[in-house]
Amino acid sequence: MKPAPFRYADPSTLGEALAVLSDEGAKVLAGGQSLLPLLSMRLAAPATLVDINRIPDLDAVEVTDDAVTVGALVRHDALLRHGGAAAVQPLLGRATANVAHPAIRNRGTTVGSIAHADPSGEMTSVLALTDGSVTVATTAGSEVVGWRDFFVGPLETSIPAGAVVTAATFPALPPRSGTAFAEVARRKGDYAVCGAGVVVTLSEDRRVERVLASYVSVGLTPEVHDLTEAVAGSPAEKADWAAAGALARTLVDPDTDIHASADYRRLLVGVLTERTLADAAAEAGARAARE
Amino acid sequence: MTSIDSERTITVTVNGVPREATVPVRRLLSDALRHDLGLTGTHVGCEHGVCGACTVVVDGAAVRSCLMLAVQVDGAEVRTVEGLAREDHQGGQVLHPVQEAFRECHALQCGFCTPGFLMTIAAGLEGRDNSAELTEEEVDDMVGGNLCRCTGYANIKKAVHHAAAAMKDGA
Repeated sequence: MKPAPFRYADPSTLGEALAVLSDEGAKVLAGGQSLLPLLSMRLAAPATLVDINRIPDLDAVEVTDDAVTVGALVRHDALLRHGGAAAVQPLLGRATANVAHPAIRNRGTTVGSIAHADPSGEMTSVLALTDGSVTVATTAGSEVVGWRDFFVGPLETSIPAGAVVTAATFPALPPRSGTAFAEVARRKGDYAVCGAGVVVTLSEDRRVERVLASYVSVGLTPEVHDLTEAVAGSPAEKADWAAAGALARTLVDPDTDIHASADYRRLLVGVLTERTLADAAAEAGARAARE
Repeated sequence: MTSIDSERTITVTVNGVPREATVPVRRLLSDALRHDLGLTGTHVGCEHGVCGACTVVVDGAAVRSCLMLAVQVDGAEVRTVEGLAREDHQGGQVLHPVQEAFRECHALQCGFCTPGFLMTIAAGLEGRDNSAELTEEEVDDMVGGNLCRCTGYANIKKAVHHAAAAMKDGA
């Protein structure tokens, strides 16, 4: 349970980090809360670790009316406590509260968990659900990559070797909308057996206009499911959320593992969808009344 | 030019004392504390971040010392269970309120998990406004990441409340 030998660099600029990362077999170390276990269990044995923790200016949360941009060194705990970010996109605080335990959230980074692309990670789903993007830096420059082009498979992204994901951008919650996020886990803070994040948008006359959902620990990469057809046009307070849950069950394709069968996960998708949609619709109504 | 190393000499302030150690870069912080610095109060359980036994405080935040490399704390301040009690004026030591509460509430049995619980709770309580009421939900969130296989959590949670009350009165 000790990492295999590697070489280590902790550059103080992004440019130096990218230069070292161009070596074959180099890997970025940010919060390390997923990478260190992989090293200790020898599931990964990179030749060089490039620790980006000493690079300044990567720890900023930028909030505008349109989006929240989270730098590569923003810890989960900092995002969880960021009132300004939650005001623009409430899913950030709600989902982050479900990420592991305080000691892990103190060290782990939101962008790192997205770059890790674990299908049981909360923030990958939130990036998808908010139609977010990441900023990818290479020695050739920086580019913005949308979530659909970023996630390729479990623990696999489209970014080239030698690149650093420097930020993730989560667009703001649209007007007359509400969100909710819930998980079922064996113990609080464990990886979820199933998690659900939802966004409900109402029309001017408070009828359901749009319903989107994304799930955690369901499927190989994050997906967004449009559940609008099950409840479109219903008054927000009387919508048949169970019908939306039933529709969600038909759209997902969960796997069986040692924690839960595919059938049980599909059942949870229905239950969590119904529960979270009711909460999100109530919030959408309250926000619409304030707007 | 960035230096790429297999071994490094680090300087770290542990429990208020500046310490220096030369470590392979792959050395986990938990192992550096125990092997290189001789501070065996930090216990090593699962070594992959699940059990919480190795929790220490780095620059004010509770972290798993098995999920950090020793080279990452170069220049940082680390607090371990050895640094919880403070000196009294007669050459003895006064237990930290969380340690006192653990003794009072019988919150430990075999003691293996205890250093991690103590550091997690000490950081958790010191980092909050103790004039605010401590809810059960907050306590569950605070200690939920630490595994105890002897006593169960009832007495540990009782000790958190006990310590919070003592720290509120002491403030």
